[in-house]
Amino acid sequence: MPSKPPRVGLFVTCLVDFLRPAVGFAAVKLLEDAGCEVAVPANQTCCGQPAYNSGDSADARAIARSVIEAFAGFDYVVAPSGSCAGTIKVHYPALFANDPDLAAVIDLAGRTWELTSFLVDVLGVAGVGAEYRGVAAYHDSCSGLRELGIEKQPRALLSSVGGLEVRATNGAQSCCGFGGTFCVKYPEISADIVDRKVSHIMDGGADTLLGGDLGCLLNLAGRLKRRGSAVKVRHVAEVLAGLTGQAPPLGDPE
Amino acid sequence: MDSTAHTFKSNALEALGDTRLQDALGRLGHGFPVKRKAAVERMPEFEALRDAARDIKDHVLGHLDFYLERFEARVHERGGHVHWCADAAAARETIVGICRAAGARTVTKAKSMIGEEIAINEHLAAAGIEPVETDLGEYIIQLRREPPSHLIAPAIHLAKGDVAEAFRNEHKQFPGDRPLDEPRNLLDEARSVLRERFLAADVGLTGANMLIAETGSIVLVTNEGNADLTHTLPRVHVVVASIEKVVPTLEDATAVLRVLARSATGQEMSVYNTFVTGPRRPDDPDGPDEFHVVLLDNGRSAMLGSEFHDMLRCIRCGACLNHCPVYRSVGGHAYGWVYSGPMGKVLVPNLIGIENAGDLPNASTLCGRCEEVCPMRIPLPRMLRDWRERQFDRGLGPAPARYALKAWAFLARRPALYRRVTALQAAMLGALGRRRGAFRHMPLAGGWTAARDLPAPQGRTFQQMWSDRGGPRS
Repeated sequence: MPSKPPRVGLFVTCLVDFLRPAVGFAAVKLLEDAGCEVAVPANQTCCGQPAYNSGDSADARAIARSVIEAFAGFDYVVAPSGSCAGTIKVHYPALFANDPDLAAVIDLAGRTWELTSFLVDVLGVAGVGAEYRGVAAYHDSCSGLRELGIEKQPRALLSSVGGLEVRATNGAQSCCGFGGTFCVKYPEISADIVDRKVSHIMDGGADTLLGGDLGCLLNLAGRLKRRGSAVKVRHVAEVLAGLTGQAPPLGDPE
Repeated sequence: MDSTAHTFKSNALEALGDTRLQDALGRLGHGFPVKRKAAVERMPEFEALRDAARDIKDHVLGHLDFYLERFEARVHERGGHVHWCADAAAARETIVGICRAAGARTVTKAKSMIGEEIAINEHLAAAGIEPVETDLGEYIIQLRREPPSHLIAPAIHLAKGDVAEAFRNEHKQFPGDRPLDEPRNLLDEARSVLRERFLAADVGLTGANMLIAETGSIVLVTNEGNADLTHTLPRVHVVVASIEKVVPTLEDATAVLRVLARSATGQEMSVYNTFVTGPRRPDDPDGPDEFHVVLLDNGRSAMLGSEFHDMLRCIRCGACLNHCPVYRSVGGHAYGWVYSGPMGKVLVPNLIGIENAGDLPNASTLCGRCEEVCPMRIPLPRMLRDWRERQFDRGLGPAPARYALKAWAFLARRPALYRRVTALQAAMLGALGRRRGAFRHMPLAGGWTAARDLPAPQGRTFQQMWSDRGGPRS
């Protein structure tokens, strides 16, 4: 650890900002506990992925430029999402391949990390001091897993949580069917995919489902609740930070 | 075949409601992916082999004219003929012409996706020449008058009961009460029927898994040996292949074969890997008198150098279909034309036009599983996005979705306004839904709430709460 604490800009993500601030506060706590100075730039909205994945490259680039501006001067940019971090880290450089701002984009991409990967791979965090009573299944989100190689990092951190067993689940690495705008454009196919996924989770016997991306978790929680399952769904950061008291599990009543 | 790619959405709905299809697709999920994984784990150098196979095809695509002309010269040296066809119509005319010149009444046919692409069976039949599929799966769907639903397992959508029914309906020469409950019964019956057709055929029509420029050979890969009976028994062998199938050398072909079978079925090698070079020579024990190769472009040369260039590396193994969550949900027929799954979503718009297949690049979660398993490392998700970008630039796609996207982007580019609007919405939805935790119905989100609850927001945005706490902003 350098003598000066690393300055981290939290990329909140649009879904955490709008739906589940508890995840943002959990991320801040984890980063601060690991010795970072955390700030949250006000002028952030979204990484632009909905525009990018819809073929609207002009808007995606415009949004990316505002992200570059908002996060200039931070040592690191950390997001509690593999999907948003992947957009900045992997897709921004492709989006700006023929653009004069490419150098700034590559600089931003190099500083940007998904939360659990940042804690483990950059800061070398070996464990957290949290407690959680339960048996959890873990959903590997596609972007985090396949674009950023996030698989072991959240499990390593969760293994230090007192009282928690993380149980391997069939189909843990298969897509949940969320897909951003996909679940709006093709809701029936999306519902079929998430139903298969939820069946694996329910068969696995876990009482909790954890993951690193709120989009997937909303989809999975939505289907679990509709099927009457009591499985509690939370973002991994909430459990790691020991902040599960801030909000009920996703989709559960207060 | 006529495309129904433009009705993908309704095709998909129908497929989702088809319980027999869903049973068949469920079996697929436990088959090929499991076998592929085991085969890959048995081979430590598999990743290096993927790189090598990709590099071979990349090299070929950079020098396609050179290797195709070399292939043609070698075929000529061995006494064969090469026919260059710009489009499907030219290929059909050429093939029908060769069959007519041979006085053909029946043509046996090994499985060929290019044959599907040019709809050769319909055109042979229209010319009074009977095509007989000899791959068991293809034979079954030919009896049922339907197209293949998978690159390598064309009848994957069927159960054995469907096959028995097709055989009872079409094989009237056998007693109606014969047992057809076991796969063995079905196989024996197909063999006995097909054996006569092999012997009677005037022309054998095959595809080619590869064309080898060094030797003028074509490579045929099957697990049934049907391609070998198709090309050795009749007097004339016609090969129909698209131009990107060429590889430089025999050694290159074996490198591709090593990734092909493992990726497709999890076999180390397919059962029959045949290298066919020219017509029968005077001292050969068997083989055809005539050897023709019909080389089809049909839009491929236009893909060279475009953002879809890498798609031309595809070896049609089917791994991307087998691992795709959307294919698993809807099966191959829903895609509406010859090619399905992720590779079809990229290729089909190139071949029939994006305006006729607009849903295909969009009906993907971009989960990336296809690229992860593709032996040729084709960046399929990237190319799906490229299609979406072309569609967006051309103003294709449903207007409401475009307006919604534009409205959202307008907000996302104005952080101060965005903060106010999202705070209002979060407060409203939070107040309505927080107590129950989720919405069971939501106007404008009916697609979501038809099958899922919609978890409610906490009520205040993170940005609001951070400001309240006086958290640092820079």
